[in-house]
Amino acid sequence: MNQERIDLIKLKLTDFNIVFTDITGTPAINANPKYIINICKILKTDPDISFEMLLDEMGVDNFKKGIRFEVVCSLYSLKFKDRIFIKVLLDDKNPEMPSLTILWKGADWYEREAYDMFGIKFTGHPDLRRIYMPEDYEHFPMRKDFPLLGIPDSIQLPNK
Amino acid sequence: MHNTVFEKLKSDDPDIRKSKILEALESEDLSMSFDDALENEMVLNMGPQHPATHGVLRLLVSLDGETIKKVVPDLGYLHRGYEKLAEATSFHEYIPHTDRLDYLQPIANNVAYTMAVEKLIKLEIPERGKYIRTICSELGRIQSHLIAFGTMVMDIGALTPFLWAMREREKILDIYDIMTGVRFTTSYTRIGGVAQDIPDAAIAGIKKFIDEFPKYLREMRDIVERNKIFIVRTEGIGIISKEDAIDYGITGPILRATGVPRDLRKDEPYLIYDKLDFDIAVLEDGDSLSRYYIRIEEMIQSVRILHQCLDKLPKGSYNSGNPKKVLPKKERVYTKMEELIHDFMLINFGVNPPVGESYSAVESSKGELGFYIKSDGRGNPFRLKIHSPSFCNLQILPVLMKDCMISDVVVIIGSVDPVMGEADK
Repeated sequence: MNQERIDLIKLKLTDFNIVFTDITGTPAINANPKYIINICKILKTDPDISFEMLLDEMGVDNFKKGIRFEVVCSLYSLKFKDRIFIKVLLDDKNPEMPSLTILWKGADWYEREAYDMFGIKFTGHPDLRRIYMPEDYEHFPMRKDFPLLGIPDSIQLPNK
Repeated sequence: MHNTVFEKLKSDDPDIRKSKILEALESEDLSMSFDDALENEMVLNMGPQHPATHGVLRLLVSLDGETIKKVVPDLGYLHRGYEKLAEATSFHEYIPHTDRLDYLQPIANNVAYTMAVEKLIKLEIPERGKYIRTICSELGRIQSHLIAFGTMVMDIGALTPFLWAMREREKILDIYDIMTGVRFTTSYTRIGGVAQDIPDAAIAGIKKFIDEFPKYLREMRDIVERNKIFIVRTEGIGIISKEDAIDYGITGPILRATGVPRDLRKDEPYLIYDKLDFDIAVLEDGDSLSRYYIRIEEMIQSVRILHQCLDKLPKGSYNSGNPKKVLPKKERVYTKMEELIHDFMLINFGVNPPVGESYSAVESSKGELGFYIKSDGRGNPFRLKIHSPSFCNLQILPVLMKDCMISDVVVIIGSVDPVMGEADK
């Protein structure tokens, strides 16, 4: 992505106080969860920027006090053929962020997976339930404090 | 054991819900009448073990007669915790795990993962290594599309092309046997290149395969494509529009079947695809028949790519010799001191990448297979996220199956071609 486009994006998003970083060559934006819907709407609908596809939403557990979780959204533009990442930093006690399903329908299962694995809640999601683990599972497996070999007796096995 | 069912029936435990037919069995009065069965909707469980669901995919289908009202896919039956496992293994140790992701083209997953790690540690591999990896990716694509073709027509009812496709696939597996030592889950690539050089017998085998393959593909196509049953069962079934496909984040043959010419090999070329001459298949209709044709066309283009790769294969080393990142050859490890030290450091402490993140994607046969790796300087990845195309493509099943008949479910799943190893990670 050339510098022109980065400057254009910075211009359009000046209201939201974003910070530009870099993920080995691809630009990344650090965004506040309050403004994420507005930022994504500008990135999606503005014809000069036009990131039409949401490719992925992944949770990351940094295992520090305070800002512990991150959600990294990966956008792709079919018109200009480039990518951008959006990182949303979330709190330890109550990791919540608005759901992106109102902009992209594909955010549905990505957010379900982030909820299942990390416990990050997405407000406004139509059907937030677990996707890999059983419905009544109580822990969040990908968090760093969950042991690799699992917690014994946390899944009900069928009786013989 | 055989008494258990009846014991449960007789118990007073309120948790055991009795269906009406069981109650009727128990009650003395057998003149009980049921509600008119045709007026209700039925929930059918196409359970995780099913011959047509391409793995352990569970579908809950709500039916009105034979028409589908709603479909809810249920995943997680093959969830092995690969992302959590990556945090406990070093970068080298994780390569065999990537084989088992999309288990129909294991060698292509290895290429995707090692490319992602090399992007993180900023390592360049020599030309011969890139050519060998391209050959592996394209062979993997042909291998995967042969199974997609064979199983899709087998679900429709044509049993012969499935075995013919398997016969062709056996030839590819024999090539892998000579090249890597393993037929199936190869773990062939290493960080910095490939594990060993491609022997001449393998090159001869690939040449023989790609010279004969178009003729056999033509044979397989001839008995399928002009058949009226096949056309009626796939044309117009499982349509998705271009806007919906972009909205859902679909990649791969499904997106190309709706008219969007997106292929990572052309848009963001990796390995040596910018030096090769090939076309990408794009069709407009978005139904199952278009997806079938796109896969056939991709196989033909892969043969074209393989011809060019074999003609241009350069001489040279097959992996970057950087001693701090690349595992040395075993015979030198056993005899020389320096290689022993490097081997020890790499195996025990891992390839220590700089602190940072990277994302790298390849175009696999199902779509965009991407790896997001975040490292904190140690030998294990801090976070590894696999963007698997089958997971994203399974999201659209409810859209594809709107107002279809129950017998279209297998055709649609066959045309979407999910691999549960990838979708469940």
